[in-house]
Amino acid sequence: MSKRIDVKDLNVYYGKFLAVEDVNINIDAKSVTAFIGPSGCGKSTFLRTLNRMHEVIPGARVEGEVLLDGDNLYGPGVDPVTVRSQIGMVFQRPNPFPTMSIRDNVLAGVKLNNQKISKGEADALVERSLRGANLWNEVKDRLAKPGSGLSGGQQQRLCIARAIAVEPQVILMDEPCSALDPISTLAIEDLINELKDEYTVVIVTHNMQQAARVSDKTAFFNIAGTGKPGKLIEYGDTHTIFSNPSVKATEDYVSGRFG
Amino acid sequence: MTSTSLTKPQGAGRAGDKVFSGATLAAGCLILAVLFGVALFLVIQAIPAFTAPAADIQGGKGFFAYIWPIVVGTLIAAVIALVIATPVAIGVALFISHYAPRRLASGLGYVVDLLAAIPSVVYGAWGAAFLAKEISPAYNWLANNLGWLPIFQGPASATGKTILTAGIVLAVMVLPIITSLSREIFLQTPKLHEEAALALGATRWEMIRMAVLPFGRPGIVSAVMLGLGRALGETMAVALVLSSGVLTASLIQSGNQTIAAEIALNFPEASGLKVSTLIAAGLVLFVITLGVNMIARWIITRHKEFSGAN
Repeated sequence: MSKRIDVKDLNVYYGKFLAVEDVNINIDAKSVTAFIGPSGCGKSTFLRTLNRMHEVIPGARVEGEVLLDGDNLYGPGVDPVTVRSQIGMVFQRPNPFPTMSIRDNVLAGVKLNNQKISKGEADALVERSLRGANLWNEVKDRLAKPGSGLSGGQQQRLCIARAIAVEPQVILMDEPCSALDPISTLAIEDLINELKDEYTVVIVTHNMQQAARVSDKTAFFNIAGTGKPGKLIEYGDTHTIFSNPSVKATEDYVSGRFG
Repeated sequence: MTSTSLTKPQGAGRAGDKVFSGATLAAGCLILAVLFGVALFLVIQAIPAFTAPAADIQGGKGFFAYIWPIVVGTLIAAVIALVIATPVAIGVALFISHYAPRRLASGLGYVVDLLAAIPSVVYGAWGAAFLAKEISPAYNWLANNLGWLPIFQGPASATGKTILTAGIVLAVMVLPIITSLSREIFLQTPKLHEEAALALGATRWEMIRMAVLPFGRPGIVSAVMLGLGRALGETMAVALVLSSGVLTASLIQSGNQTIAAEIALNFPEASGLKVSTLIAAGLVLFVITLGVNMIARWIITRHKEFSGAN
């Protein structure tokens, strides 16, 4: 239930502005890959191109290929809606639907496309997804309550449950812990470790310790200056990136000398 | 030294605070006073109509017999207006906020706002002189084909000056109110929630159903209620369009009357008890509007927990 991603010669533009230049990266299935780098280096932008969420921003477009187990996401006739149901996303700030109960939040993606699901199946799916997001024990008695009544960390895990309920191939996480306290962050990190048994996980983070803790491979993005495009500087095993990087800029960044 | 400066706050900042809070308090009280004054005026002036012997009231059967047909007429016209205007307004608002290209959207929004600037007498003239004439063949068709329904019972009015025409004119009038309010609400949908829906694999319509409409629900209800307020109270357009008469179930025959138009048409030549009767009719309209607004409040607060405000 997980697929690998291969990106070939990818350029991302906002209108005429080249935001991310010439990225080539191979992301393994059932692994955690972290994107690190200073603010504005294009790592979030690049992450969004992996499920075509960048298209929400007017003027954003892409050149190059993103292959999900060999299928180009940008091939002719590919529907971004289908892409996004295969590649889930968790955002920087927890965003459960405030008008829905906890249960309906989990089922939100499943009920799309007019899919019919019996109550028994729905109950099982809700429990399975919430257990998968380590949230079941905390919310099992209040599934009918609004999702917005949970704490920030619980809301974020609810969003993860919502994402895994549709059984995607890949889960993208855009700084999922940056709005959370350390305890909630730890809960999410533990969860990421469990998720990689079943899913391909890609996470953008500003927190280098977090990248070192949760990821198998790390990609370092950097930007030459304001108005210049972001680039993938170095990509390798997390251990190598943090202990023995081959590029000077990577070493400076991971050792805290800039950024 | 420092302790005295802590205990004695002074300066222009504090004065500004006091002036501002006083001004807002005064404004709030003024609204209540005006509302109370209007209600008081209506009640005092209306009392003679309630206490007078039944035979003295217009129609000769007492105030209740006089008022209820025009209450029903008012509600029919307003309901027709809302049934037509609400779906169209929400559709237009969604088109402007989520579908139209940006340049078209701002132009269209401007045009819709312009619709609200047209005086109601112009709408009335348009309805009476143009719409009624153009629409009467459609009424004939309705009478011939759907005549078995009481609301489309024939023979259709030859002039087209019916309650249905009045309702359609009212619909055009409340359309810009509902549209611009709904559009503002839809534009305020948090990007986060829209993206959450899209990232789950929602199409644009599914995203709107999942994130935009539930978020905008209280706003839509408020917008519709404002539109209803205008439809209930609209005078000039109805007075010009409707060829009034006794209460009729058929919407395509002439007949029926609304409270506001009844007051406007009769007030200039009224005197004595007749004035009281008309003011009492105004009181009834006031109570209906108040009731409608309270129901709207109740609908909004009923779902407070899920409103996204927390």
